[in-house]
This record gives sequence, C-alpha cells and structure tokens, in this order.
Amino acid sequence: MASTTQTAPAVHTGIKLPVLEREQLILQGRSYHWITERICGVLENQQPLIWWLLFIPCSLIAMIGVGGGLIHLVSTGVGVWGNTNRVMWGWPIVNFVFWIGIGHAGTLISAILFLTRQNWRTSINRAAEAMTIFAVICAGIFPGFHVGRVWFAWFLAPVPNANGIWQNFKSPLLWDVFAVSTYFTISLIFWYLGMVPDLATIRDRCKPGFRKILYGIFALGWRGGNRQWSHYEMAYLLLAALATPLVLSVHSVVSFDFATSVVPGWHTTIFPPYFVAGAIFGGFAMVLTIMIPARFIYGLQDLITMKHIDNMAKIILLTGTIVGYAYLMELFVAFYSGGIYEMDAFKFRIAGPYWWAYAAMMSCNVLSPQVFWFRSCRENLWVVMIVAMFVNVGMWFERFVIIVGTLARTWLPGDWKTYSPSPQDQMLFLGTIGLFLTLFMLFLRFLPCINIAEVKWAKRESDPHHDDHLHHPDPGVILEPAYQLETHHLKSQISNFKS
Amino acid sequence: MSTTRKRVYGYLAEFKSAAALYKAAEKVRDAGFKKWDCYSSYPIHGLDAAMGMKRSILPWFVFCGGITGTATAFSLAYVTQVVIYPTMVQAKPANIFTIPAFFPIMFELTILFSGFTVLFGLLALIQLPRLNHPLFESHQFHRATDDGFFIAIEAQDPLFSPNHTRELLTAIGGDNIELIEEKG
Repeated sequence: MASTTQTAPAVHTGIKLPVLEREQLILQGRSYHWITERICGVLENQQPLIWWLLFIPCSLIAMIGVGGGLIHLVSTGVGVWGNTNRVMWGWPIVNFVFWIGIGHAGTLISAILFLTRQNWRTSINRAAEAMTIFAVICAGIFPGFHVGRVWFAWFLAPVPNANGIWQNFKSPLLWDVFAVSTYFTISLIFWYLGMVPDLATIRDRCKPGFRKILYGIFALGWRGGNRQWSHYEMAYLLLAALATPLVLSVHSVVSFDFATSVVPGWHTTIFPPYFVAGAIFGGFAMVLTIMIPARFIYGLQDLITMKHIDNMAKIILLTGTIVGYAYLMELFVAFYSGGIYEMDAFKFRIAGPYWWAYAAMMSCNVLSPQVFWFRSCRENLWVVMIVAMFVNVGMWFERFVIIVGTLARTWLPGDWKTYSPSPQDQMLFLGTIGLFLTLFMLFLRFLPCINIAEVKWAKRESDPHHDDHLHHPDPGVILEPAYQLETHHLKSQISNFKS
Repeated sequence: MSTTRKRVYGYLAEFKSAAALYKAAEKVRDAGFKKWDCYSSYPIHGLDAAMGMKRSILPWFVFCGGITGTATAFSLAYVTQVVIYPTMVQAKPANIFTIPAFFPIMFELTILFSGFTVLFGLLALIQLPRLNHPLFESHQFHRATDDGFFIAIEAQDPLFSPNHTRELLTAIGGDNIELIEEKG
C-alpha cells in the first residue's frame, strides 16, 4: 500500500512535510522487453491445460445454448419462452439489461479513468474493453429475438415499412436501438484502435508466414513514429471523451424503457443514475471475476498488482453503496408519495411471491460489498472473488426484481399473473454465459490481453524527464506557501531600506 | 554491395533511452530537418515539442463529423415524424414541440458519427493502412515496437547528406547507425 514515506530534503529550512511515494504500477522494475515478452507470451506460447479445460465446455454450452436454443426458438415460435401476456418481457429482457450492464465497466475503465488520468487502468483496460464487446454481443441476442419474428428485426432500422410508416422516434425502445448499436460500434473502434500498436508488436515478433501477414494486416502498417503517435494520442483522447457521455447515456436510455412507462415501480426519475451506478457495479464485479483467475494462469501478477484489485474493490464498494441508496430511496419515495399503487408495488416486491429475489438482490448487492471497508478483505483474493460472484448474481436478480416483480402485478387484478421461465429461457441464458466465456478465451488466445504500449508508458523511466528530478529538490513538496515567501522577501527589503 | 540500384530511404539510429531520444530529437529539430521521425514502442510525452510538431488537427475533423451526426439525426427524426408521416402516439404532438423526444437519438448519432470520423480521420492523417514501408527493411527496426528508441532521417529532406547526417546522428548519441535502402 502507498504508505512508504520520505521526508523533504534537508536543504529546506521550512516545515518538513512527508511526501507520499507513488505506488509502483509495474512491480520489480520489469524492463520493456520483459513486458513485451510476458504479454505476447500469453498468445504465442502453448495455452495451459486449464485453457482447454475451460474452453471446450464453454464453447459446447455456447453452441448448444445459443445455437441450438435459437434454432429451436425460431423454428417453433417465441411461445417456447416463458413470457406471458402480462409478463411479456420476462427473462429475455432481464438478461439483456444484465449483459448490457456488464459492458459498462469496460468503457468506464477505458474512457473515464483515462480522462481522470488514473494510470492504474493501463493494465486492465484491454481485457475490460474486450469484455464490453462480448457482453454487448450477448445482450444483443435477446432483444433481437424477443421481437418475435426475427426476420422482421430490420423493422428496428430507420427505414420505412411497406405502408410508408417510419419508426417511432419518440419511443424509448427506438432510442435504445440507437444507444446500444452506437455503444457497440464505439466500443469496437476504441478497442481496435487501442490495439493497433500492440498488434504491430506481435507482427514484428512473428516469423514470416500466415500469422505475420494476418497480424500485419490488422496492425495496418503501424511503425510507432512520433508523427503517428501524436495523432494517435489525440484520437484516443477524443474517443475517451466521446465514450464517457456515451456510457452514461446507454444505461440511462435502457432505464428510460422502464421509467417513461406509467407503471408503478418503474415510473421514477431515480432510474437513470441508479441504472448507471448498477451497471458499473456489476461490470467491475465481472472484470474481477475474470481477471483474478487470468492473472494467475498467465503469471501477470507484476502487471495486474494487488493495487489494481484494491482499487476495483473500492469502486465496487462505492457503486454498491450508491445502488443501496437507490434501493432505499425508491422505497422512501414510494412511501412518501402516498400513492397506494406505488406502495403496493414495493410491498409486492419485498413480501410477494418473489420475496426471495428481492432478498437476494439486497444481500448480494448492498450487504456483501460492505466487507470491502476492511483492507484485509480487499487483500484476500478469495474474499474478493466471492464478493464479485455475489455481485454478479445480485445484479441479475436486481433486473429480475425490476422486470418480473413489477409486470406480474400492474394496475388491474385481472393483470396479476406469476411468471416462471421455461427450460428454453434457461438454456439460452446459460448459452450466453458460455458464449461470453468462449469469446473471452479466444481473445486471450489470439489478442494481447494487456495494453503493451500503455503499460510501458506507465514505467517511471518512460518519462524523458524522470532523471531530471534527481538534481533538483522534489517539486512536489511545498514547504512554505508562496505568499509567505513573498512577505518574507518584502519584509527584508523594507528592513534593508530602513537601515 | 549489390549491383542493383536501390533508392536510399535514409538513416536509422538507435538511442539508449527515452531521455536520450528526447535530447537527440531537440538537436535534430534545431539542425533544421523536416522529414524525420522518432520511433518508440509507446508515446513519449513532450516529444511533440522536442520535435517541433504542431498539435494534431484531428479535433476539427471530429467536430465537423459530430455536427453532421446531429444534423442527420435531427432531419431523420423531424422529417419522418413531422413532415412525411405525422404520427400521434404516446400523446406526443407531431409538430415542433416534439423535438425534445428526438434528443436521445440526436445525441447517439453525434457520438456515432464522431467516432467514425476519429477512426477514418486518424487513418488519413497517419497515412495508414499501408502494406509495407522502407523502414521494415532494417535489421533492427523490429525492436521499435519492443524496447528500441530510434530516429530516422529521410533522404528526401533537403538538408540530408550521406556523410554529414551520419556525423550528426553519431554526435547526438546515436548507435547502430544504419543506411536504409528500399528494395529495388
């Protein structure tokens, strides 16, 4: 932890203040070449046995669940899902919101932490961005098939139908189409552009042959000249600046699907910030779930350090607490509004037939991250891993509570109906988990899982002026405020003048 | 020496560290060279100034791209919803007061178009993709993407001379100086 201190140099006569030394982001002073070797080694060396042990079942689950599940669905009809007339959204939209939320941590790490100059992001941003892409792919499957007749999915695109009627641009569902497709496109561009210099690194290490040609094509002929870096850095900054409001907008727009409808329990203004915080919360949990094992399997402990895990645990604690606040505020507003339908909606969630979902949501999302107040818990990888798993589960239940726990009990008693998913629902959801992990494994196998260029940049000697400081007192230490020095100077001048 | 004529691309010199590259770049800049570049495996901060380069003009492209996106979304929504086929749904009017409902899509398309402009504007500015480059003929340039720091001065620069440029590169601390020739 950042606790090593040094005192200011003795040449100063003023008050000595301790200076916190910056935590090293790359441990053991690894060289540039070591970084290249270690990260490229992940995809150049033979994959460890565990990779195959995970990849084969995951890809089978993906093929059966997503491939088979969708063939069955399309050839039979959406009636095979458990959706009913009242709970018409059911699991498909629960899963859609769940997966879209997972993606948000990737963009947060790559864009927002970049803009706020949190250099620790460099070791984890690539994998987190990859997660974003794969999660959005998984998410996209659900609404695409939930439209019913999937061959009419092109109705979502802004083209008129046979009667010359256009899409309803005033509908949050169409906003969602634009938000999610823009999000996917921008994330892909961000991810790919960030990877170009690293693909060039791999290209330059390959022996001539098919691999070299393939990596060469995707590296676009990158040479690493400063005339390229200069434009490249500007492009990266611009993409980060564009992705930051985008990531906040995507889950806000998803929440509009709910919040703009006149349904008790959904029609609240707290939804956009509550959804965004929840998305970041769930996304970081998924990053930890995947990165902690990957770090061990590929020996990346010097690049993804305990500091990274500590920071992510703190973000989970923060966003989890925000989510907890939102849950309680929802209840309070329902009570304070005095609206009987609003109060009844929440009574139904807490004490109705879905009480177990509400209890799971509360305990997993609000209570379990509270252990991260303690440093010993943040430093124990087992605890971190278990909490991250709890959060993954809890965030899925949150969407279940919001969707099923509301639609099962709307305005009229004639609408009241309980919901349970069909085996096909469960199969497709499991399939998307398999698909997500399969895509992630393929990513580890073929692409650089850590941003090589940025990690090198985070080394101390990468700053061309790093050794200049050795000859000067540490500029970070302010011993006396500037105005005091000025008054001293003035006083001495006055006394000189007098004498 | 082979007998086929080869076009000389320029000199490539290696430097020990980012700091050495930075100091050398200042000297090459002061010598008045224009067609040259510093190569490193990561972006070195402050090197733009040391090389006498201007700020990238990419933001202007992106600004225009973003405005195009906003205008596209607005016209798409307004023309279809208000002009061609006015639809009254969700009790929202089909006139100028319906514009706030178009904001989310206007925002998303602004971002989308800007993102595409970043990608294609960048590729245009750095003149990529290209399949090959004379520098890839070098026997040491592959280290530029690993742990090498290089300066290449092109023969097309008016100040380039085979002897003096080599001397300059030696004087500013360059090692392994190599004459890069294009494959004839």
